Amino acid sequence: MSQQLTATPAETRTLVIERVFPHSPEKLWRALTESPLLAQWLMNNDFAPAPGHKFQFRADPVPGWNGIIDCEVLIVDPLKQLSYTWGSMGMHSVVLFTLTPAGTGTQLRMEQSGFPAAYEAAYKGATYGWQKFLGNLERVVGELA
Amino acid sequence: MQQTSPQPVFRALADPTRRAIFEQLTRHGEQTVHALTRQAGVSQPAVSKHLTVLKSAKLVHHRRAGRETHYRASPDALVPMIDWLNHYGVFWRDKFDQLDTLLKRMEP
Repeated sequence: MSQQLTATPAETRTLVIERVFPHSPEKLWRALTESPLLAQWLMNNDFAPAPGHKFQFRADPVPGWNGIIDCEVLIVDPLKQLSYTWGSMGMHSVVLFTLTPAGTGTQLRMEQSGFPAAYEAAYKGATYGWQKFLGNLERVVGELA
Repeated sequence: MQQTSPQPVFRALADPTRRAIFEQLTRHGEQTVHALTRQAGVSQPAVSKHLTVLKSAKLVHHRRAGRETHYRASPDALVPMIDWLNHYGVFWRDKFDQLDTLLKRMEP
């Protein structure tokens, strides 16, 4: 049956947030990759810009969430791309930041993809059709109303 | 981070076989354990075990009819998970606002 799922065409369920900041790529890169700076806008962390580095983001726990996000650095391409896995409560996704010069500023694009199996899929070279599945789920849930 | 924890749903659907069983029930409606076993490619005790996990996440419900147990999907159990995914949109926009504030404070 997992074979059946694998055969479904892959549709990407990706969250994309884009914004142009009136600052240089260098400055933005520092905010993304220097742990104390990262803590100031995202969450407390023990990040290091090294592929394979495992780290955590820690926020204050709230009911239903322990506040911990387990991550592993995948891509460090200075001033251009930064990517890490993002695992929380058994759900794994991948976060990818892309920096592009835009006039005197920098466009920052954040893509969070693979809810929640892209990590496994990327590592095992398999596709479980999860994105397709999520698309179905949304349709199903949409029909509930 | 959210009102209702989606954790049991994520846990239940993290397994590809369980996901396949759930999707099967979603697509084709109510089915017996026997029918699900025929399609799952795993033993009936394994299917029953998976169904128990799905049941505890409230993703499936069952009814007994004679010697057979019939299962059906309860997709409304997915709502906390969908809420959680939507939540991330709000989360990142909020974080980008904080990043903007930080960049203004940083040395050029």
